[in-house]
Amino acid sequence: MNKEMSLKSVAGELRDGMTIGVGGWGPRRKPMALIREILRSDLKDLTIVAYGGPEVGMLCAAGKVRKVIYGFVSLDVIPIEPYFRKVRQEGTLDVCELDEGLLVLGLRAAGQNVPFAATHVGLGSAVMTNNPEFKTVVSPYDDGQELLAMPAIKLDAALIHVSRADRSGNTLTFGPDPYFDDLFARAAAKVYVTTEELVDSIASENAEEMKSNLIEPYLVNGVVETPLGAHPTTSHYGYGWDMDHLKAYAATAGEEGGWQIYFHKHLAGDEASYIESVGGVDHVRNLPIPTF
Amino acid sequence: MTIAQDFTLAELIIVAAAEAWRGDGELLATGIGPLPRLAAGLAKQTFAPGLQLTDGEAYLTSEPVPLGPRGDHRPKYTGWMPYSRVFDSVWSGRRHAMVTPVQMDRWGQANISALGPDFRKPKVQMLGVRGFPGNSVSHKNSMFLPSHSKRTFVEGEVDVVASVGFRKETWPANARPDFVKIGIVATDLCVFDFNGPEHGAQVRLLHPGVTFEQVQAATGFPLLRAADLAETPPPSEEQLAIIRRLDPHNVRARVIKDNPPGIRTAA
Repeated sequence: MNKEMSLKSVAGELRDGMTIGVGGWGPRRKPMALIREILRSDLKDLTIVAYGGPEVGMLCAAGKVRKVIYGFVSLDVIPIEPYFRKVRQEGTLDVCELDEGLLVLGLRAAGQNVPFAATHVGLGSAVMTNNPEFKTVVSPYDDGQELLAMPAIKLDAALIHVSRADRSGNTLTFGPDPYFDDLFARAAAKVYVTTEELVDSIASENAEEMKSNLIEPYLVNGVVETPLGAHPTTSHYGYGWDMDHLKAYAATAGEEGGWQIYFHKHLAGDEASYIESVGGVDHVRNLPIPTF
Repeated sequence: MTIAQDFTLAELIIVAAAEAWRGDGELLATGIGPLPRLAAGLAKQTFAPGLQLTDGEAYLTSEPVPLGPRGDHRPKYTGWMPYSRVFDSVWSGRRHAMVTPVQMDRWGQANISALGPDFRKPKVQMLGVRGFPGNSVSHKNSMFLPSHSKRTFVEGEVDVVASVGFRKETWPANARPDFVKIGIVATDLCVFDFNGPEHGAQVRLLHPGVTFEQVQAATGFPLLRAADLAETPPPSEEQLAIIRRLDPHNVRARVIKDNPPGIRTAA
């Protein structure tokens, strides 16, 4: 089965009002090429679910988003995503702010086809008051404890960036941390993967490497080859985040018409012109992967 | 052990903050931000060898990883601790974090999420609640705040309750008596805890040159004097040597405004 798709054909399968989960973690391994394609499209009223990085701010800036369900929205060195901060402070965005672990539990519940996950997390905190739809349950056992029934977070689609994939939907995700891409995939009706490298088959005699295959191919609906497609976020072990670019992007949030300036400078063309606009292939390939 | 004569306030605080982990045994110790991370590293290298530390990303290391560019230093890895396992550790209770809230209140509740009365339209969007709700009801947490003032230690309730505190009317039914565990709160003026009567805030240590009255004047809620209230002990030369090794680029000098000396003359 050949699951290869183009950025345009993936964007064409998405609909207004969908709930879309985005893999990665802050400015790390985000499917940015696909996000850029959405930014170029007419899609609107999206609910975005993420450990958010620049994709959340950009989608908000472009008016694509109705609601964000998030554990955080951060560019790491720039602690708060600038366009996310802007729309939050304007009061125009519907949000579900979660404890980072509650997002894990909500996605996992969706993947397990149960309506909620029982947990202590969130009890006593603003998570309860800011999300008045959240309900508690009482343990049916002798302890009688009251627990949050964290609702399942079902996704219409999950967008994920991987290191290597084949046309059957087998994927390999390198790097120190897989984050929660597997849970996003399992919570989603459709999964679209962008990959640094598309190969005929990832099959290998190196069984150890297959620990980097986070999800079964039956979960994957589409695979798009997007070399450097995570820029300006880190893609292990290809290139690090482009903090100079992210700082320049962040600065536009403080300018009148800043988003339009950013859009026309970087996003108006295709991916090839995007990469040229940020300094070219060699510049991106040489971005160092940060240590902490 | 040789008592140091010349040390900064940041170094004094690192040594005092390391004490948060004394007696913890074996668990995941997470110091978020330079001073808490150095404090956890110092604790592990001196009196708390059972602490498990990460490289700040996804691996456990045999020794604390120095801050910043590592030069020739190659960390030795002993385990894998991606975020999924961090949450497993959080929820198991086998973790003690030291974090830096923007606001804290008399109940020990802490806020890093947003400022202002209307969460739908915050005056200032900050980090969001991040892991604070889960951390605060799963394991012990200590705090470091670099600027002790009524803006940080607020009179009323924090604007957004990210960390749960001892305001027990918010606790769920049949919560364990130790549903919330707060270790120490280290600031640029003092070290306090919430172990006074009815979890009242009580000052344990005053940094050299700081008076109790000065701390109270900078705090929006009433403080108690701990029975054993004392002056924060100065670092030893051995402790300073470890701190310098763990922070070769002197990141600690940029944490507290003007990097004051450890012994301040009274204002």
